[in-house]
Amino acid sequence: MKPIGRDEVRRLVATGAQLVEVLPRPEYEEEHLAGAINIPLKELNRDSAQQLDRERPVIVYCNDFQ
Amino acid sequence: MGFTEVYDYEAGKKDWGSYGLPREGTQAAELTGGEVARRDVPTCTLEDDLREVRESVRASGWDTCIVVNDARVVLGRLGRRAIRNDDDASVEEAMTEGPSTVRPSIGVSALLERMKSRDLTSFLITTPDGRLVGLALRTDAEAHIAK
Repeated sequence: MKPIGRDEVRRLVATGAQLVEVLPRPEYEEEHLAGAINIPLKELNRDSAQQLDRERPVIVYCNDFQ
Repeated sequence: MGFTEVYDYEAGKKDWGSYGLPREGTQAAELTGGEVARRDVPTCTLEDDLREVRESVRASGWDTCIVVNDARVVLGRLGRRAIRNDDDASVEEAMTEGPSTVRPSIGVSALLERMKSRDLTSFLITTPDGRLVGLALRTDAEAHIAK
């Protein structure tokens, strides 16, 4: 998984990348990047990943560097 | 899982929010300290001539100047008195070292509470590695809360 910065996120999203917040649902519901979907890390598996398009880039994120 | 391109936005949503980029959610409406910070606050370096700094700061209408290094990491702050004085001190002698800072992701209401509890009229906003983002003014924070 390649680390990227803010500008690269914006560029990729503009070209169709999918944003995935991996924090628990309550935190996602409070605030998330526009257009992001929520797949909490504990629920990330082959089934939950099916909602993503495998042909498009995926960007995962949480709160910060932790 | 069969994905060919997967990236990790390591700095995450705190970083995103700090720059006022689009967010959604029940709490997304609140502005952050990073968004209200005045990014045009004057800066100088330790090597600058304090007399020239004072002149430039006064001319710009500010009463403070942030001392930074080449990487814009905050080293200190020249406060009102340091700007008003007319002595022969150096920037290093006149500045207040290690001023308190907060991260850009702090909500405006939390920032305002912090200013009130410390009886401050402004607060420096820096990135986690200490680089200057700007100066948040209490009057700006109060105006945003009142909206």
